[in-house]
Amino acid sequence: MASGGGDVKLIGAWPSPFVLRARIALNIKSVGYEFLQEQLGTKSELLLKSNPVHKKIPVLIHGGRPICESLIIVQYIDEVWTSSGPSILPSDPYDRAIARFWAAYIDDKWFPTFSSIPKLQEQEAKVAAVQQVYEGLLLLEEAFIKCSKGKSFFGGDHIGFLDIALGGFLGWMRVTEKMFNLKVLDESKTPNLCKWAESFAANNAVKDVLPETEKLIEFAKIRFKPPSAD
Amino acid sequence: MGEVKLHGFWASPFSHRVIWALKLKGVEYEYMEEDLSNKSQLLLQYNPAHKKIPVLVHRNKPVAESLVILEYIEETWPENPLLPLDACDRAMARFWINFGEQKGPVFFNLFRTTGEAQEKTGEEVAQILKTIEEKALGDNNFFGGNTLGLVDLSFGWLPHWFEVTEQVQGTKLLDPTTLPRLHAWAQNFKQVPVIRDNLPDPQKLSAHLKRLRGNLLKN
Repeated sequence: MASGGGDVKLIGAWPSPFVLRARIALNIKSVGYEFLQEQLGTKSELLLKSNPVHKKIPVLIHGGRPICESLIIVQYIDEVWTSSGPSILPSDPYDRAIARFWAAYIDDKWFPTFSSIPKLQEQEAKVAAVQQVYEGLLLLEEAFIKCSKGKSFFGGDHIGFLDIALGGFLGWMRVTEKMFNLKVLDESKTPNLCKWAESFAANNAVKDVLPETEKLIEFAKIRFKPPSAD
Repeated sequence: MGEVKLHGFWASPFSHRVIWALKLKGVEYEYMEEDLSNKSQLLLQYNPAHKKIPVLVHRNKPVAESLVILEYIEETWPENPLLPLDACDRAMARFWINFGEQKGPVFFNLFRTTGEAQEKTGEEVAQILKTIEEKALGDNNFFGGNTLGLVDLSFGWLPHWFEVTEQVQGTKLLDPTTLPRLHAWAQNFKQVPVIRDNLPDPQKLSAHLKRLRGNLLKN
């Protein structure tokens, strides 16, 4: 029986890439948890009470104490459940700094550009954003080569912090590819990241919680439906 | 423990966070002042993704992004810990550090606007400062409790920098009557010897910020 039991709750929603990060981390550590799903369009009392500052998911509640912000949650999980499963952050401080640097780059620079693509109306702006996304992925491709040292993941043999940071967005990358008919992970540009994506999606800690692309597309159509023209 | 170099800029609060952390840990380092209008080859080599200071170089390996550098310093030189030992308290510390980062652009908006636009942003900034005072600081002397920690260093731009900026941009938001605890924290913070002895000259900073604001308002 996985450790944690009723002591661990995760407030989230299945389509969220940030919630996915927390779920993967919990799976790596074989931590059992109650998944409290928020309904689209409303925020539960528990969420508002647990994250009054941002009112956002995910929130991990451990022994009644809330932890907010996905990457902070992942680090918390790594620090608390040290004896179960492999380490999520590397052990060497310099490698940890590199992992944190690229995770911050992903959240502060790459993701805002990536998520702006569907919202941009003008073709020129869209093209520019897509170009920036590719440039970011090229940097991450280089980072992958350095961090992985020939192994399957940024974390080496096992999924680590940076795998989780980027991998959380894999489902939405695939949605963007299908809905806008472009390659986000392109074998000709970022061959290592393409291989990494396959390994990541197939991993035991990921495969049961990574949302199916088709389901995400259906969700996107509802969630990002443009206002009706009347 | 190996050679330590810091590439920084005299006016930057991000640079100063790293200086304070190194000094609090008693780490010897060589400081390299960067001219931001003419960045060194080394800097561009060390931080190709952002091309920004600060960059810490330890044993010839560069670490960029001030908050990443702070965690690196904390882990490499564990004496005089600047983060709580308890995992939940650490998560809370990281939460507030992250909050400050997320709200940075709003403060920048205050700096580069005037009139009605600035007033509107001012209301948002007032709310942010209130949240910091009530939820992050509470009744403590420092953000971590009774001793200085990384959260204090990450908010270290509020004393001194924000105070000078307020004079330049004509606002009075960090006020002892509306934010008594946060204002008191700011004064306390500046008196900690490591901080007090490592702050940019206020006149020089004021002139620098006036120039910067002038340029931003022109465009």
